[in-house]
Amino acid sequence: MTETLALGAAEESKAPAKKRRSLGNWLLIAVPYAWLLFFFLVPFFIVFKISLSEVAVAIPPYLPTFDLSEGWAGLRENLSSFSFENYLFLFEDDLYWKSYLSSVWIAATSTLLTLLVGFPLAYGMARAPKAWQPTLLMLVILPFWTSFLIRVYAWIGILKNEGLLNQLLLWLGVIDQPLTILNTNAAVYVGIVYSYLPFLVLPLYATLEKLDESLLEAASDLGCPPWRAFWSITVPLSLPGVIAGCFLVFIPAVGEFVIPDLLGGSETLMIGKTLWAEFFNNRDWPVSSAVAVILLLILVVPIVLFQNQQQRAQEKDA
Amino acid sequence: MRKGPSWFNVTSLVLGFSFLYLPIVLLVIYSFNESKLVTVWGGFSTKWYGEMLRNQQLLDAAWVTIRVAFASATIATVLGTLAALVLARSGRFSGRTLFSGMIYAPLVMPEVILGLSLLLLFVAIDQARGFWTIIIAHTTFAMCYVAIVVQSRLAGFDRSVEEAALDLGCPPVKTFFAITLPIILPGVIAGWMLAFTLSLDDLVIASFTTGPGATTLPMRIYSQVRLGVTPEINAVCTLLVAFVTVGVIATSIVTKRQEVQRQRDMRRAEAQA
Repeated sequence: MTETLALGAAEESKAPAKKRRSLGNWLLIAVPYAWLLFFFLVPFFIVFKISLSEVAVAIPPYLPTFDLSEGWAGLRENLSSFSFENYLFLFEDDLYWKSYLSSVWIAATSTLLTLLVGFPLAYGMARAPKAWQPTLLMLVILPFWTSFLIRVYAWIGILKNEGLLNQLLLWLGVIDQPLTILNTNAAVYVGIVYSYLPFLVLPLYATLEKLDESLLEAASDLGCPPWRAFWSITVPLSLPGVIAGCFLVFIPAVGEFVIPDLLGGSETLMIGKTLWAEFFNNRDWPVSSAVAVILLLILVVPIVLFQNQQQRAQEKDA
Repeated sequence: MRKGPSWFNVTSLVLGFSFLYLPIVLLVIYSFNESKLVTVWGGFSTKWYGEMLRNQQLLDAAWVTIRVAFASATIATVLGTLAALVLARSGRFSGRTLFSGMIYAPLVMPEVILGLSLLLLFVAIDQARGFWTIIIAHTTFAMCYVAIVVQSRLAGFDRSVEEAALDLGCPPVKTFFAITLPIILPGVIAGWMLAFTLSLDDLVIASFTTGPGATTLPMRIYSQVRLGVTPEINAVCTLLVAFVTVGVIATSIVTKRQEVQRQRDMRRAEAQA
């Protein structure tokens, strides 16, 4: 199997890089490309455009609307009425920048907690007998398939004041007063760690599983204690998996809405929640667009880093 | 090196998996609770399932959700498979970086941004929102997941069979259906399943892109959860979990069996050659 793969790779490198592209090949590229351009990329420009508009009591609730039928004069007039007022507003009102800061903080903390929970799990899976591994892998993936909303909802019944966790702790005599966990940031941490754990464990397991055990054996033969072998061999070699996993947790967690909304309380400031409230409760589309644009700017760096890392990993596999 | 699992590894596996599964198990157990109070056990009962089946709003929402998930998963699988072929096969072309960027970005993009941006697009092109706009929105992000799954399948396959067919004069489209598709089929099926469950699950993007008359099950569950935890919601959730779990396990068994069969065929073919 590996031989045929190696042969295939060798053949591929011999083949001329620039083949003449047939019409079919162009069509193959064009269909998904066009879909993504129109439904993924173009919408971002519209968000940006509307973030420069003003809120209005109209349908749609912003001014000016983009209207090509007015021709160039109309377009110029539209452009001149665009303003960065919404962005200024975001900086002046401390609700917004506090939400951004607290989102990044909550996401970073939960990413770290997820790593603390996920690393031993991934490590245990990678070191488990080979015959168990497919089953263990399946067991990690399965919760990922079951609904996100349901998994967050399940924690409400556990973390409530009269919930199962408090009942257990009271019964064990650890506490005499029920702890308030639900509707605090602690519940948000639990929710994020729980929901995003598979995202971290899967890439981490993939790198740990490939780790060459003979390196560890060599270290132990040369008298290196296991904890040191772990720090100087396992940890550095698992770094690509750690990084990929952390990005997969951190980036979506920054903009998370469901978890802070259901598990968090009024003290929980997260930008996803703020954007939702701005859009659905205040119906201020321009301000929520501006909130989205800034959120995107904050996330651009981690997203680009994540993509580069994915691309490198992909090229290495190929 | 010690052979066999150490106590540390066993403990971390046990703790890790209990953390992953305990909440779901508790949710399922309490869906059979007689008492209306979710956290007080009042004896075994299936009455909440009956209650759920009489809740017409819930059933309507479930029907909308299933149709949306079916349509968007199917379109996303076609588009995602095409995208995977482009990523794996088309080599370098101008705009490739943008293309792979657009495939990877939706995987991590916060849902509130995806939802808002698609909604604003639909408003800008004056598209009435409802059933179809949810399908388009779900297709857009699900196709990226499909592309990744199928691409990993394409990366680990022997191209010589495909090249042989092309060399023997088989037209590319026919080669795709006769050779490539059967080989990557497990990936395509897994992609479809993933797209289906992603759509089944989505609350945020659906809330932004929906219109009057198209309320999905997660939206209905969410609005009830905000009012408080009820055993009825536990019952709905249990059914959904059971549905997805059975689906995933069945698919994985079927694809594994096909895979074993395929490899056996390959070995036989190689032995004959």
